[in-house]
Amino acid sequence: MTSIDLARVQFAFTSINHFFFVPITIGLAFLTALLQTAWYRSGRADYLRLTRFFGALLVINVAIGVVTGIVQEFEFGMNWGAYSRLVGNVFGAPLAMEGLAAFFLESVFLGLWLFGWDKLPRRVHLLTIWAVSFGSALSAAFIMAANSWMQHPVGYVMVNGKPQLNDIWALLTNPVFVWGYAKVLFVSLVTGAMIMLAVSAWHLRHRGEPEVFTRSARIALIVLVPAMLFTLLVGDELGVIEGKYQPMKIAAAEAQWTTCQPCSFSLFQIGGGNNDETPTQIIEIPHLLSLLATNHWNGQVVGMNELQSQYSKQYGPGNYVPNVFIQYWSMRVMAYLGALVLLISLWGLWLIRRKKLETSRIFLWVAIWSTVLPFAMNTAGWLLTESGRQPWIVQGIMLTKNGISPTVSVTWLWISLIAFILLYGTLGTVNLILMLRYSRRSLEPERTETDPHAAVPAVQY
Amino acid sequence: MNHLIPFWFIVIAILWTGFFILEGFDFGVGMLHGVVGQDEAGRRAAINTIGPLWDGNEVWLIVAGASMFAAFPGWYATMFSALYLALVLLLISLIIRGVAFEYRGKRDAARWRRTWDVLLTVGSLLAPLLLGIALGDLLHGLPINASQNFTGSFWDLLQPYAVFTGVTFVLICLQHGATFLCLKTTDRMRERSWLAARRVAPFTAAAVTGFIIWTHVTASTAFFLNVIELLAVLAAIAAAWLVYEHREGFAFAASAVTIAACVVSIFVDLYPNVMVSSTNHAYNLTVYNTASGAYSLKAMTVVVIIFLPLVLGYQTWTYYVFRRRVSRKEFLPREPASDVTAPPAGSGERSESSAAEDARPRPGAI
Repeated sequence: MTSIDLARVQFAFTSINHFFFVPITIGLAFLTALLQTAWYRSGRADYLRLTRFFGALLVINVAIGVVTGIVQEFEFGMNWGAYSRLVGNVFGAPLAMEGLAAFFLESVFLGLWLFGWDKLPRRVHLLTIWAVSFGSALSAAFIMAANSWMQHPVGYVMVNGKPQLNDIWALLTNPVFVWGYAKVLFVSLVTGAMIMLAVSAWHLRHRGEPEVFTRSARIALIVLVPAMLFTLLVGDELGVIEGKYQPMKIAAAEAQWTTCQPCSFSLFQIGGGNNDETPTQIIEIPHLLSLLATNHWNGQVVGMNELQSQYSKQYGPGNYVPNVFIQYWSMRVMAYLGALVLLISLWGLWLIRRKKLETSRIFLWVAIWSTVLPFAMNTAGWLLTESGRQPWIVQGIMLTKNGISPTVSVTWLWISLIAFILLYGTLGTVNLILMLRYSRRSLEPERTETDPHAAVPAVQY
Repeated sequence: MNHLIPFWFIVIAILWTGFFILEGFDFGVGMLHGVVGQDEAGRRAAINTIGPLWDGNEVWLIVAGASMFAAFPGWYATMFSALYLALVLLLISLIIRGVAFEYRGKRDAARWRRTWDVLLTVGSLLAPLLLGIALGDLLHGLPINASQNFTGSFWDLLQPYAVFTGVTFVLICLQHGATFLCLKTTDRMRERSWLAARRVAPFTAAAVTGFIIWTHVTASTAFFLNVIELLAVLAAIAAAWLVYEHREGFAFAASAVTIAACVVSIFVDLYPNVMVSSTNHAYNLTVYNTASGAYSLKAMTVVVIIFLPLVLGYQTWTYYVFRRRVSRKEFLPREPASDVTAPPAGSGERSESSAAEDARPRPGAI
């Protein structure tokens, strides 16, 4: 493998892993804050026990989410030196703002929340978990603003061949950012709620405290249904926006080599890799692609061949087609899994209305195993976004192959890649084991103090 | 001339300094938790002195890195790709250390905890060593060519001055952590922390003096030390003396000043360079040939002026909330099947009385 391949594999590996933990943190922090608010307002012990239970799951993930985030920040300079040098003054600004405005907030208040149960007044303690939730969501905003700039650069002028930031608001109102960020927030809620639902389902199947876990399953479903619905709607709009700014990405996602109008959407296809322009498309739905990509019944989708010749004229000779196989299938995996999650959550909602949730063993089994769906969906979504931007590292400004650190050797890249794979593999496994173990623990016993205002014990390492 | 360029150099120096003052004692506690805490309860008590704090402290490093990226992309790009393997090691240390805090208490098995203890100790030792090496390399110089690219090998990073800087930082962190533990623990642990501080202090003072002289000789042609360099030496000597005098609070303050003055003296001696080229001084990276455009500096200045005081405010408040000393007795097992993640800490009186029953040594406590 060349340095470019190695640096790309490493970035993909570490960021996909990082994004396993990010949505758990954002989603569970919000849900934990919700549970604690319910306890604060109602005083019901069940809510406190649920807060402590899901808070423990949150904390297990935050640690690994934080440390894998440090790797991401360092990697730009380590592996993508030329990229950092060229675009740092635009791309670095949101990262620095993220640290100052969001990451500090999240980290400091997480310590306060975790260790402050018996030291802070209840109202203040409730505010600390909301600060964590807000901080983690705000953190994602800045990161998405930076990432969206790579997809659709805005708010800059070129000075001596270098992009110079000249409008920070343009970065923060970039349509790719606004919709992409909304999508990240919704999938985070989906991920968090799905974990909550699955854990509750496991306990209901094993007949542990059915009353409490029915309550948490209900909350999870009430969050899950609208969050998944909005994910799909926002995702659809994001597709249209990307279709406008990155037409190649969308054309590749549909394996659309030739321009079409109106365009039909294929549910499935055989073949269609980079050198196969005539795949066998199975079950085509007329007009659907036009609708998805342009919001118009008869919208035109420009094919990859035409875009390729257009880009070659504009940017010079080269291959501007991303990996079509990854595009086509990540798009479908993402969309199909999203629809599946929606169906499962609607099924759960229906069972709740019929008051049959805790007894429907089939649903509970399905819900437990559905935990994997949001992760597969999120990974597919990122593959679609990031692989679809290729060969660009910043759309229209810099090619990925020109972005790497010129003096970092292949040996160094191998060493770091192997080190990260081993480390992440081990820690991911440990994290998974701990999550499973803590998910299956029973709730803390109901506290027996006669004084309802007695302090709740703090959590300690 | 854009005044925001030197301003951002100062901001970055402040962020690095804040990081070392705060995370410095976290590193020290991490290295010493097995020495100061003789049994499981003691080790847990030591770790819990920084439990609520370390995560927020580490963010200073993240923000320092991100600010270098944003304000001086050329510096960030050259430094991070030059220090490649050292940073891979640093990341591994920070990762194992970060998860060790979180994971070690999550299973009640002796081997599990020993493993995380070792990883915590090693990670807390390697991180300041590598960061010291990194900062030392900036000042002493690395082979850098005219296009601001590093042309050396991994072994160029390990030049004597840089390694000595790393060792000095490890020693300061040890002393800083030991004096911090003096302030945050009780009884025997407090005594052991003081002993550790006393043992380290003379070595730290000697190392800091050597480091400052070496730094001065490397970076300056003047005969006399500048104010900051002088302050570092005086603070290090004062810290050692205060430890011997058993003045824990002042000793901690002195070690904080020592670590701050050492970091600041690197940055002061560096300016206006940000990385020295050992190939040719004409290729030095300076604040001016690596800085971002005026607009991005201005935008970030607004953000830093609003948020840094805010961060300082709520971080100070955290230290106030968790000002209480942590006692080993809080962590003695109450009942055989106690929940390890959430021991009922309860009120002070209660833990005192139940601790009295548990004070006798327990077999298998380690």
